[in-house]
Amino acid sequence: MTDQEALHTYALRLADDLLILSHRLGEWCGHGPVLEEDIALTNRALDHLGEARNLLTYAGQVEGKGRDEDDLAYLRKEREYLNVKLVEQENGDYAHTIARSFLFDAYHLPLMEAMLKSKDEQLAAIAGKAVKEATYHLRHSSDWMIRFGDGTDESHQRAQRALNELWTFTGELFVSDEVTSKLVEMGVAPDLGAVKAAFDRTVNEVLAEATLSRPEDGYMATGGRQGMHTERMGFILTEMQYMQRAYPGAEW
Amino acid sequence: MMGDQNPITEERILAILDRVKDPEIPVISLIDLGVVNGIDVSASGAVTVTITPTYTGCPAMDVMKADILTELGNAGIEDVRVELVLAPAWSTDRITEGGKRKLKEYGIAPPETTADIRALKGKAPIVECPQCGSEDTVMLSAFGSTACKALWKCNTCLEPFDQFKCL
Repeated sequence: MTDQEALHTYALRLADDLLILSHRLGEWCGHGPVLEEDIALTNRALDHLGEARNLLTYAGQVEGKGRDEDDLAYLRKEREYLNVKLVEQENGDYAHTIARSFLFDAYHLPLMEAMLKSKDEQLAAIAGKAVKEATYHLRHSSDWMIRFGDGTDESHQRAQRALNELWTFTGELFVSDEVTSKLVEMGVAPDLGAVKAAFDRTVNEVLAEATLSRPEDGYMATGGRQGMHTERMGFILTEMQYMQRAYPGAEW
Repeated sequence: MMGDQNPITEERILAILDRVKDPEIPVISLIDLGVVNGIDVSASGAVTVTITPTYTGCPAMDVMKADILTELGNAGIEDVRVELVLAPAWSTDRITEGGKRKLKEYGIAPPETTADIRALKGKAPIVECPQCGSEDTVMLSAFGSTACKALWKCNTCLEPFDQFKCL
């Protein structure tokens, strides 16, 4: 694997996490439990999509085959998407949606903070924008975790159930492989060990305040980074890619 | 260039850009907002305007780009490129004092500065109601009608209002 291939793959992984999570949050548009949250989730979807666009554009430039953000977002096959399985999980109830975002935010913020120091100027610049938004996102999802956990019996149970169901997807966030090792060595990508330590701190603090228990680490689902997804992924792409498949090149 | 009564200078372009308004907050200009990073005029008169997005996903950026081209075109400046750069990242500290005043007059509470110790500690800032000036206000939602705004309510005059989020 060349440096260029590693960087392309890495940028795609970062982009796909955000693209797919953005799509999931966008599904809440018009269905939020209260107006403020409907707006909050679509705002977050927009932030994630903006970041994904920057990363996809960059991934295309690094690849050097003339693919732009739209080609990469709409015209790849399922096996070519490199997002973690966590972000493709269904929305479920509101606690499930919030818990999924909380776990992602607790990883994403320290990742972006560390990436500010990347030797790759474009990744550092993208992180410079993202870190501010990610701070805001983590505050939003943490507030809700605490409100659900320390709320009624019903909200507590639902938040705990969501955590228990999603926990198996958190391990994949921190798996190193050839791509990350190479880029960490080059000073381009942050070391995931440090990100994991920050993730643990945030999760432990918030869950303690929320009176929720941290699930035990057991079997961890992986494969998303290699393009092996859960069955839910196909449904997302079917909807997301419909327009470009049906009307290639359509713009509006 | 023909007689050149009106040479293309950075100052002239700056004055024209000050007429281009934020598409979603039509009282403040791109200059007030601090999104213009640089203006470059080449020897041949080709103009490059560099802008930086407020929010990564801000859908207004494309409109701003188009508006810059239109406004400069109206002034007879045709050879223009608008470039989007991410670094240095925009922050609300780049909104000018004049811009903050105009936001407030428009009914949007301006952002506090990022150096505010409360913001650093993740605490809710003290936000003054743009309608009645009361500091007895409460945030209803961290997210508002556009990517850059949060929704607040004044406990004194009971009016809801938008706040420009501090980033």
